[in-house]
Amino acid sequence: MPAAIIQLISAGKRYGVAQALSPTTLDVEAGATTVLIGPSGCGKTTLLRLMLGLIAPDGGEIRFRQTALTRDNVRGMRRHMGYVVQDGGLFPHLTAAENVGLMARHLGWPREKVEHRLTELRDLVRLPAAALDRFPAEMSGGQKQRVGLMRALMLDPELLFLDEPLGALDPLVRAELQDDLAAIFQKLAKSVVLVTHDLAEAALFGKTIVLLQDGRIVQQGAIADLIHRPADPFVTRFVNAQRHFDAVALGERA
Amino acid sequence: MRAPPRKPFSRPRRARRIAWAGLAALALSAGVPARADAPAGSVVHVGSKSFTESVILGEIATQVVRAAGAEAEHRSGFGGTRLVWNALLRGDIDLYPEYTGTLIQEILAAVPDMTKHDGDWLTRTLAERGVGLIGPLGFNNSYAVGVKRGLATRLGLERLSDLRGHPELRFGFSNEFMSRHDGWPALRDRYGLPQLDVKGIDHDLGYRAIARGAIDAMDLYATDPEVKRDDLVALEDDRRVFPRYDAIFLYRLDLAQRSPAAVDALRRLTGRIDAQAMAAMNARAKLDRVPETKVAADFLHSALGLNGPPPATVGIARSILRRAIEHLQLVALSLLAAIAVAVPLGVLAARSPRVGQIVLGVVGVTQTIPSLALLVFMIPLLGIGALPAMVALFLYSLLPIVRNTHAGLTNIAPSLRESAEALGLPPSAILRRIDLPLASPLILAGIKSAAVINVGTATLGALIGAGGFGQPIFTGIRLDDVGLILQGAVPASLLALLVQGLFDIIERRVVPRGLRLREKA
Repeated sequence: MPAAIIQLISAGKRYGVAQALSPTTLDVEAGATTVLIGPSGCGKTTLLRLMLGLIAPDGGEIRFRQTALTRDNVRGMRRHMGYVVQDGGLFPHLTAAENVGLMARHLGWPREKVEHRLTELRDLVRLPAAALDRFPAEMSGGQKQRVGLMRALMLDPELLFLDEPLGALDPLVRAELQDDLAAIFQKLAKSVVLVTHDLAEAALFGKTIVLLQDGRIVQQGAIADLIHRPADPFVTRFVNAQRHFDAVALGERA
Repeated sequence: MRAPPRKPFSRPRRARRIAWAGLAALALSAGVPARADAPAGSVVHVGSKSFTESVILGEIATQVVRAAGAEAEHRSGFGGTRLVWNALLRGDIDLYPEYTGTLIQEILAAVPDMTKHDGDWLTRTLAERGVGLIGPLGFNNSYAVGVKRGLATRLGLERLSDLRGHPELRFGFSNEFMSRHDGWPALRDRYGLPQLDVKGIDHDLGYRAIARGAIDAMDLYATDPEVKRDDLVALEDDRRVFPRYDAIFLYRLDLAQRSPAAVDALRRLTGRIDAQAMAAMNARAKLDRVPETKVAADFLHSALGLNGPPPATVGIARSILRRAIEHLQLVALSLLAAIAVAVPLGVLAARSPRVGQIVLGVVGVTQTIPSLALLVFMIPLLGIGALPAMVALFLYSLLPIVRNTHAGLTNIAPSLRESAEALGLPPSAILRRIDLPLASPLILAGIKSAAVINVGTATLGALIGAGGFGQPIFTGIRLDDVGLILQGAVPASLLALLVQGLFDIIERRVVPRGLRLREKA
């Protein structure tokens, strides 16, 4: 078993009477892409937020590089994690460049270092140079996602989280960005945790796919395991439901 | 600042107040002229209430004091009996004209044995409060019932008891007279008046109604100038229902030590102003629009042979400029202080819902206090002048700013807050770099509405001696002088527009361009 970059050990979360995530144990493999998938409300976003330290678990613990997350160290840890929110989460009062460079500037990076890193990342995500000076209100959905990715990668984190990065895009933009993202992940060889509800997307990105249902992990493995060795009738139902719509995509890539 | 030192700082509270005033003055631009007054302790401050007769009497006292060799300053137009009385007790003013009826019934009403008082009772009671009495000045401005001369002649009306024989007469009394226990109820019971057509009517409108024949009799004050103008006859109070309202001066007993010549000079006014003279002076000021300063000077010249220095005439432009500076000081200082306090309060309220509820509740309640009442509450704490007005305006400005800051911060999309958190920014940096810029349009809108309300409310400051554009407005209302009202109202409106425009410019500078784009989208 390769080294885990982040681990959940019996970590669960309850909101009032609703158990958003049952106590869960999970190792996220370093240097690979792990996809969290499942229907709405299955607990995948809660799982992500726990790993980011945005919420604290009711019990158990979360370890990032073998160190348990605590209230005191979580802020420092986050600088080694990048997070791309569903709609990009860009600050509307800042330009693309300001959004991306926000944390670096706060940490007191010299101007040239910031500029250099911006250019590097712009090339990586294939963003036109002019777009760097635009405000979010002046950018397309795809551009916003690319800027969001740049912001997450600015401090060169070891672990990258993406919450439904393609969810809100129209199909053409989505297909283009999908391919770009896959290429970027390959190039960076970073640890990535990606949340989606789309099996085709999961198959495209994920070395390991974690399928959740009702706040529990139902199965964890490669896409072939989910299709051919389902752990539970739900896995088959989930796979078949998506296969029906995405037969072509799955047929090509599975 | 309109609170120049004038007495040794005998009480620590006064010293503190001056310190505050000094601080406030420091905060102002250097362009505001500092008051270089005569040495502390030598200026006699005369007060008066916001009606013409009181202002004239105040002006007479001021000029008499000056003629006696002391410096005097007249702070006219106090908004009510309580205000001017409290200002006297605090030492903000040294003397003011009053009426015995008002003194006994309104001011000393709390004294339990007021019904059993002997000749010395009033002097003794006042002395306990450090106050002395000069007078009576010579006229009794009591209530009277008036009818038109023609009607009086036709029906043979001379005394109030003559009204009993004419139940068909229509009465129109001021609302105050209708409800006061020494007003219409006492009159009706004592004289057994049978009239049924009795209406409540505004005092000034009453004069118009009686002139047009809409009513036959009304209440009047003995020295109202309209009595003469409208040719009314005051019926004799043959059964002595109405208490006496002898005009007097009330003064602080310590004035006798500080400026004995002034007190002696004032005493010489005793018995010198009769009802006819007072009514004539009221008529000149109110009907002929002669400035009170001149009316008083002419009276002193003709009645006492007193020749004071010619009253200084201030040009309209200069007086508007002076009012503008006073007004701007009130608005600017109170608003700056409110911003400094309200924005952090709004942030605090947004951070913790429980604190937020308390803060918004308290600030909201402050806003419900009528502005005039708030000003009056300030007097026992801070005296009169610009400082209490600023504090009241400050309190008024809090709500819009606190509420908008709170709303601006709590309306930020959760995904944005989460992004900021996930970046690893510490809370202080999130507040500075993310939260406040995102909330800035709403915060600024709050400050803008506070400023515009502030400009309007600051006019009320004139009622407690803070000056500003309210001064000509209230003087104009009192004198029924539209020109004077406009001298205050027009600049005040222009100032409000100017403030609005100023904030539009500030908005363009402060609100990030990215947010303005979103507003358009």
